[in-house]
Amino acid sequence: MNGSKITKATPHVTQNEDLIFERSRRGRIGYRLPALDVELTPIDEIVPAELRRDDDLEGVPELSEVDVVRHFTRLSTWNYAVDHGMYPLGSCTMKYNSRLNERVARLAGFANLHPLAPAEDAQGALQVLYELQQHLAEITGLPGVSLQPAAGAHGEMTGVMLIRAYLDARDGKGHGRDVMLVPDSAHGTNPASANLSGFRVKTVRTTPEGLTDLDQLRELCATGDVAGLMLTNPNTLGLFERNIREICRIVHEAGGLVYMDGANMNALVGWVRPGEMGVDVIHLNLHKTFSTPHGGGGPGSGPCCCTAELEPFLPVPRIVREGDGFRLDYDRPHSIGRVRAFYGNFGMAVRALAYILAHGPDGMREATETAVLNARYVAQALTSDYEKPYQAPPMHEVVFTDKRQARKGVHTLDIAKRLIDYGFHPPTIYFPLIVQGAMLIEPTESVGREELDQFIAAMRAIAREAEEEPETVRSAPHTTRIGRLDEAAAARRPVLRWRPAAKAESA
Amino acid sequence: MAHVPEDLHYSKDHEWVRVEGDTALIGITDYAQHALGDIVYVELPRVGDSFAAHDAFGSVESVKAVSEVYAPVSGEVVEVNESLQDEPEKVNSDPYGDGWMIRVRLSDPGEVDSLLTAAEYEDYIKKETE
Amino acid sequence: MRYIPNSPEERAEMLRAIGLDSAEQLFDSIPRDLLLTAPLRTPEALSEPEIIARFEQMAARNAAAYRPSFLGAGAYAHYAPTIIDHLISRAEFFTAYTPYQPEISQGTLQAIFEFQTLVCQLTGMDVANASMYDGSTALAEAVLMAERVTGRSRVVISEAVHPEYFEVVHTYVQHAGIELARAAIDPHSGRTSTTDLAAIDDRTAAFVVQSPNFFGCIEELSKLADIVHQKGALLIVAVTESASFGLLRPPGACGADIVVAEGQSFGVPLSFGGPYVGLFATRERFVRQMPSRLVGVAYDKAGRRGFVLTLATREQHIRREKATSNICTNEGLIALAATIYMATMGRRGLQELAQQCAQKAAYAARQIASLDGFSLPYSAPHFNEFVVRAPVRADELLKQLAVERNITGGLPLSRYFADRPNDFLVCVTELNTRAEIDALVAGLKQLAVAAVAV
Repeated sequence: MNGSKITKATPHVTQNEDLIFERSRRGRIGYRLPALDVELTPIDEIVPAELRRDDDLEGVPELSEVDVVRHFTRLSTWNYAVDHGMYPLGSCTMKYNSRLNERVARLAGFANLHPLAPAEDAQGALQVLYELQQHLAEITGLPGVSLQPAAGAHGEMTGVMLIRAYLDARDGKGHGRDVMLVPDSAHGTNPASANLSGFRVKTVRTTPEGLTDLDQLRELCATGDVAGLMLTNPNTLGLFERNIREICRIVHEAGGLVYMDGANMNALVGWVRPGEMGVDVIHLNLHKTFSTPHGGGGPGSGPCCCTAELEPFLPVPRIVREGDGFRLDYDRPHSIGRVRAFYGNFGMAVRALAYILAHGPDGMREATETAVLNARYVAQALTSDYEKPYQAPPMHEVVFTDKRQARKGVHTLDIAKRLIDYGFHPPTIYFPLIVQGAMLIEPTESVGREELDQFIAAMRAIAREAEEEPETVRSAPHTTRIGRLDEAAAARRPVLRWRPAAKAESA
Repeated sequence: MAHVPEDLHYSKDHEWVRVEGDTALIGITDYAQHALGDIVYVELPRVGDSFAAHDAFGSVESVKAVSEVYAPVSGEVVEVNESLQDEPEKVNSDPYGDGWMIRVRLSDPGEVDSLLTAAEYEDYIKKETE
Repeated sequence: MRYIPNSPEERAEMLRAIGLDSAEQLFDSIPRDLLLTAPLRTPEALSEPEIIARFEQMAARNAAAYRPSFLGAGAYAHYAPTIIDHLISRAEFFTAYTPYQPEISQGTLQAIFEFQTLVCQLTGMDVANASMYDGSTALAEAVLMAERVTGRSRVVISEAVHPEYFEVVHTYVQHAGIELARAAIDPHSGRTSTTDLAAIDDRTAAFVVQSPNFFGCIEELSKLADIVHQKGALLIVAVTESASFGLLRPPGACGADIVVAEGQSFGVPLSFGGPYVGLFATRERFVRQMPSRLVGVAYDKAGRRGFVLTLATREQHIRREKATSNICTNEGLIALAATIYMATMGRRGLQELAQQCAQKAAYAARQIASLDGFSLPYSAPHFNEFVVRAPVRADELLKQLAVERNITGGLPLSRYFADRPNDFLVCVTELNTRAEIDALVAGLKQLAVAAVAV
């Protein structure tokens, strides 16, 4: 038999799993509740008919437990994940998610604990939050910590609101400081968070070297209306802002504050502390630096760490130590208020604390060092095949472009899709926006040398293909369940939910 | 090379103007639609809104970008191409015809003279692409 | 460190390969005086058994997690089918990122599409997004969206909305130029007063109501919708107890314009307040004003159906400061848990769940109301939560109940309302057995008698 004639059997059942609604069959049951053990009250006496639903939940699926397990197991096999291999999404820090963290977060004493349980009966949970706060304060060099923000962007919003509250208290309302400076290389959440906090956004340029333009920063700060600067460090080009002290000094002398986006803290933990750089407030991503799982788009957790001057403005409640115990402190008259119900994504705090305890100070330093080493190794190896727009040695991530390949009509998107055929998740693409055709590669510390070498070999092979058989790259991926999807058609006439066939036609 | 009809006026923001009596039809150029890629949504003003030259009067969206569209001339909107709501792809397929965006009543017909001619616009985009 | 594949020897080789002698040189771009000279003062590394023991110890200090409880108020103890945790623990789901590369993320994308559809079905709305952080932040985003949709800047919020939800809304809108006003509760029914809705005027962008409300009462949403729509405002409905969708008329069928809900009831552990998942649904015509990610159907060249993130131009990574929201990472895995829950319980299970909650709460309410000195101050129908007025201070009564009877009997309303010392909120779910309810009733009776006697 000729092996080359064996092709994928596309009607394979696990590759063609229907929507759960299409799988539904009337009368199937996937649950069983204990029998009702109280005397029945006529339903009309509990809730009158006009307040009850009368659609009999038409359309909600009916499935057996087996159907549900097979359905979601099949779907899962269509995903790439960290546990498959290298997932080098720049600025996303896709590192290993320890199973130990999952285990401790599921302990009944945490999982079954109601957020409104009396504090004296929830001391263990408050201890977790308190200890994590202490450790994050030590790691960042910023003593005030709130774990309430539920994700990075939420932490940014909290941080920027702290700046606003602090300035209002210091200068009195109506101080006219309404400008937030954001570098052109920043993640889109930065300007969006600044806007949500009532600031006007002004953009700071990046120099040809890939660093914040100090001259322009001085000019912007001279106008007297600057409330602060939102800076990612290392920035999204993977470069450490080596003028960080000067940057902070310029902003501080102009009366503003410096917020640092901690998305790239994986390059710094155990080596440098933002507090010592002169930063006033930072958010961390527990789902990046501290390894809580990304979950296909959350949950995240975006703790906010700040100086003692900003601490009174942190969200309520604060978790404070009192003797041997812990309590929730609501008596914070200067607080910006709550940013989320209860205390944030507690389950992520448990996992992050387990990460910190499993590593210890030496392990965290080792992780940082390895993350930077891996990125430098990739940076060096790919320079001969891909354009590297910034010459300075990168920290934990490195940006390349498609400039050389574009001459043959092969673009970043094509290279990304072709990487899938080689078994890798593509890097972050077309970000940062200031780099045309950007490919931002962050290997993290969770990748061994042999896999880095495989990735490098794949990238080189693609560079070769771009020269010799560009169409192979342009039409990639060739090995996935589905090919490239028509995103324009999807956006022109969006179908955002399933409807039963008959209704779909009439709609 | 982008198509640039002779009989239209052009702005440096890549809009075209077709004067018809005291009104003008406005849309985006072939060069602009090509640069934007597949257009998936067009946001237009309401009839009765007024714009000064260089004001943004709407936006066009591709899958991964949003671009504002600027009024090349001042005036009041008297007609809007409603069909773009359902078929934004007309801006790609026929930018100077079915893909027109708004009709305005010119408040200062003299403004048209300050716009680029077809030849000038061709030169302009040639320089932009260099 | 066992999570790092490369051995120290391998790392040394790699350093040499890039022309460096020491790890310190990797940090040469950082000014020397910024580099830490001493190790971080965090605990020394622990082994796996030590970490487990340490967390078990802390978990054991959460006595409230181990006893029968009648706490609700935004977080609910429901049964979670065993398969949920197994399925969401598949590495393909929980160690994946946001599905930016659709060809290798179809599992996540299809599951989100199913989630969006289920949320639409339960809420009775046209479109739903891929999730928000939780119910409270979903509500705050709904208020911001109402301002965008209407161009008006005043929002009226019922006083029967969860106090923490109100606080979050307040924080979010304080710099957005939105004025917040409150609408009073009818002291007899426990519902938002419909006679006193003069607060809604022509400048009002939206009216916000929770149903069942914070006090457990089911609001007359249709009536409220009529009043609100007459003024050209939007009706935003918040739901904290999603189990109620199995019984109550969906907000969409009552005229709601935006529906937000806390999805924790759908198979998500209490976990001391998070991670939870916010549901967000609205009318088709407002879709471009929605926050957060949306998944839609798309086809490849061969005509195969797949799913992609779509209408992304609303979002921060494209529109930056003009985006509909700053949200990026949402609650993907928790939304998946909720999807699996809804699929497993299914059409029949969601209805039986709601019936059981309502029946057990009705039984408990009847029993407590029959106790001397106790009363139920509100007359409106309730789902599975209700306010009880005790003859003594509720916080002390409940504390005693916990210490002496090992029952968490509910939430003293004094936590949020200083002027309601004797009131407490009781929540009953399908997990509360009759024996637990009877023990609660017996405990309240005896402790209250003892307290009054003192």
